[in-house]
Amino acid sequence: MTVTEDRPLSPAGNPMGFGRMIRKEDVRFLRGKGNFVDDVNLPGMLHGAVLRSPYAHARIVSIDTSAAEAHPKVKAVITGKILEGLKLAWMPTLSMDVQSVLCTDKVRFQGQEVAFVVAEDRYAARDALELIEVEYEPLPTVYDARKALDADAPIIRDDLEGRTDNKIYDWEAGDKAKCDEVFASAEVVVKQSMIYPRVHPAPMETCGAVASMDKVTGQLTIWTTTQAPHAHRTLYALVAGLPEHKIRVISPDIGGGFGNKVGIYPGYVCAIVGSIVTGKPVKWMEDRSENLMSTSFARDYHMDGEIAATKDGKILGLRVNVLADHGAFNGVAQPTKYPAGFFHIFTGSYDYSAAHCNVRAVYTNKAPGGVAYACSFRITEAVYLVERMVDCLAFELKMDPAELRMKNLLRPEQFPYTTPTGWEYDSGDYPRALKEAMRIAGYDDLRKEQVAKRANGEMMGIGLSFFTEGVGAGPRKHMDILGLGMADGCELRLHPTGKAQLRISVQSQGQGHETTFAQIVAQELGIPPEDIEVIHGDTDNTPFGLGTYGSRSTPVSGAAAAVVARRVKDKAKLIASAALECSVDDLEWEQGRWFVKGDPEKGKTIQELAFAAHGNLELPEGVEGHLDASVVYDPPNLTYPFGAYICVVDVDKGTGHVKVRRFIAVDDCGPRINPMIVEGQIHGGLADGIGMALMEVMAFDENGNHLGGSFMDYLLPTSMECPSWELGETVTPSPHHPIGVKGVGESATVGSPPAVVNAVLDALQIRHAEMPLTPAAVWRAIQDNPISRPDLAIE
Amino acid sequence: MQVTMTVNGEEFTREVEPRMLLVHFLRDDLGLTGTHWGCDTSNCGVCTVQIDGQPVKSCTILAAMAAGHEIRTIEGLEQNGTLDPVQQGFMQEHGLQCGFCTPGVMMTARWLLDKNPDPDTETIRECISGNICRCTGYENIVRAIRWAAEHPATEGASA
Repeated sequence: MTVTEDRPLSPAGNPMGFGRMIRKEDVRFLRGKGNFVDDVNLPGMLHGAVLRSPYAHARIVSIDTSAAEAHPKVKAVITGKILEGLKLAWMPTLSMDVQSVLCTDKVRFQGQEVAFVVAEDRYAARDALELIEVEYEPLPTVYDARKALDADAPIIRDDLEGRTDNKIYDWEAGDKAKCDEVFASAEVVVKQSMIYPRVHPAPMETCGAVASMDKVTGQLTIWTTTQAPHAHRTLYALVAGLPEHKIRVISPDIGGGFGNKVGIYPGYVCAIVGSIVTGKPVKWMEDRSENLMSTSFARDYHMDGEIAATKDGKILGLRVNVLADHGAFNGVAQPTKYPAGFFHIFTGSYDYSAAHCNVRAVYTNKAPGGVAYACSFRITEAVYLVERMVDCLAFELKMDPAELRMKNLLRPEQFPYTTPTGWEYDSGDYPRALKEAMRIAGYDDLRKEQVAKRANGEMMGIGLSFFTEGVGAGPRKHMDILGLGMADGCELRLHPTGKAQLRISVQSQGQGHETTFAQIVAQELGIPPEDIEVIHGDTDNTPFGLGTYGSRSTPVSGAAAAVVARRVKDKAKLIASAALECSVDDLEWEQGRWFVKGDPEKGKTIQELAFAAHGNLELPEGVEGHLDASVVYDPPNLTYPFGAYICVVDVDKGTGHVKVRRFIAVDDCGPRINPMIVEGQIHGGLADGIGMALMEVMAFDENGNHLGGSFMDYLLPTSMECPSWELGETVTPSPHHPIGVKGVGESATVGSPPAVVNAVLDALQIRHAEMPLTPAAVWRAIQDNPISRPDLAIE
Repeated sequence: MQVTMTVNGEEFTREVEPRMLLVHFLRDDLGLTGTHWGCDTSNCGVCTVQIDGQPVKSCTILAAMAAGHEIRTIEGLEQNGTLDPVQQGFMQEHGLQCGFCTPGVMMTARWLLDKNPDPDTETIRECISGNICRCTGYENIVRAIRWAAEHPATEGASA
């Protein structure tokens, strides 16, 4: 149930504001008429392919491209040496490191880019890769982050001057002294180490680009799988020295992003260089193995947690030491000020004041990345840590995990609440959400059923998690990426007939912006959503902004859309005063119309005012013609959605197979603009949770070989692993957002993994075992022999 | 080599390399880009088309092997400008988000409903288990196919 269900309907039967509405974008996708990057076909277009390293760590002795160049269909072969001449062999990462575009010295992870071939078709380009001869001198690898700082560890980044080890940074948050004091005197301290394994967002569409450089005009157009077209444009200008006003980045339809499409990959740069060199458009689309092996992975956090409490279950403090595996280049995408992302929100949803975290990041011989897979800048890892630690405490205290959570959750009257590490949670009613989840689940009955099942020797588990997210990055004074502030522009233009175009700086990878943003404007102005075209994903046609990730579209750009609509409404009021020949103070608004107070018949609709604004009406002093506005929205704070999840599993003792029987998710993301879309996003995130908890891991062997390079090995949840989700809702608006909404896109991905893991461990009646809880892992745990390093094939 | 096949009721003859995959033939040679390319290992199902009425992953069949057969792609799902009930179901029940897996899963769903007009949700789940979706968590896909089963003769939206 939403707070906004009594909205009037448009002539097409859709809500004039918030409410369930069929998506405007569906029709083209249903007909196979979406326009994804690989669907872009330009006259004379050539195809690129990347030669990748078979070794995780090896010096390049020589590269011979002569046979490839002699291939009749090959138009260009580009190596690191050629890029060096163009000063493009290295590019800056989103974390102020540098990353190799095409290797010049040594390869640092398996799958690293070594050469780029441009040919007449995609098959010929792949053939030519086979003709390139590279002589490698293999080097010892750092395949285990825990060995990265050993005295005899090979130095991965000898390209960086003065580098004598593999440490990237040490970073801490919280009051260590106070925390140590609390732990020293606590009645109960529970320690638990845990790994959030390296996983991959794996959107169904891989990454790619079509670059077209017009040598006559100097215009570069690049169609590319990007979640942040404007940021990419600026980066291309900085990387390649191209004038920014001559670069147009188009992200057409994007087949899922989940953070995989935030960064710039070497293949994009190669496609641009290929087009410059050949004078023709060049398409590069990676295949699935390239996607899994070389593009942005997620997580890879080794966490040593400790929780302090009283004997009766009052949590007193939490501390954690993290070892973060960042791969061969520090390419994480996050606000500059926070090298570990928002991990220091790890105190979670509970009331205690002592907390401290230390995050140490290291280079390893693995692909770069780390912030991806709908993680809200590492809140995924933070929620997993705290929700596992709370369950470990419940295990040791022999308390019901729901009771323990209820006892420690923040109370509604504590909001706005400043956490021990400095986050200011805007609003929340946490006990209400947990109670609602327990009500839907029938929690007490489930526990009774569990007792009966256990008496029969059956393994049934009930797992809980409670999460608080911080989304909508973010306030300019705190948050930037590579110096670009995280504010979002928005432009609204009403045509004379009252139809509107809304230009937004974020873009959609499936989130349904064309519908949701039209509904926001419809809500504010009373224009039917069918009459509002939402334009996105094209830097020439939209205002600047940092893009769609970290659940930021609705909290930031959605606010911009509401504010720009209000500006148009204000301007329409001035025009109405002229048209109705009355004072602005005498005007009153009802949806879609200004009218004279006390004389409701005398009024003008927003459409009539749009026409008047373009006509010959004499406008008030200082009011320009036309009806449009633009804004840049700088959010005053993050928004903090939250939720309570309960997972019920049955474990087969003989095989270790986990069946997720039920999953109950109560989300509070404030008012829901389009409940149908919100629920769909939650469904998707819950499936991610099952994937990470039970199936997904990218493991490596001691030579740094990637053991999950295809969907044969990297397993994703199918319809068979997912139950029919049971959703609930509470509504706590954000007090600082113009329409109170909080963002929801990543909530379920962030919140669900610990619920699934907690459920399996509850079934097994053990304190901890590592994700992913595959049948083999669960079977070993049942035999009291759990695998401790799922991320390594060899321990 | 020369191949001839019927695609969405129309006969096409083209010169292709013997090794060309059907998915690339459909996309690059015929311009039918509604069929997508996702994994190369038959796992993800975004390339699913129907060959002689059977759902087939077009990334693991050669164009040459499809010669002489009847191919149906997403572009051939609607009839005379009217969306198939499966397409309408996906719209009504929000069975798609990014839309990348959607054509493939709808081709599988059409096959299921042709064979079994009233499948229960368990049957639907088993049937689409070869089509991976990263956005929807499958719930609304199942509902969309149920919607299509319940509205077999619905007059289509021609939007």
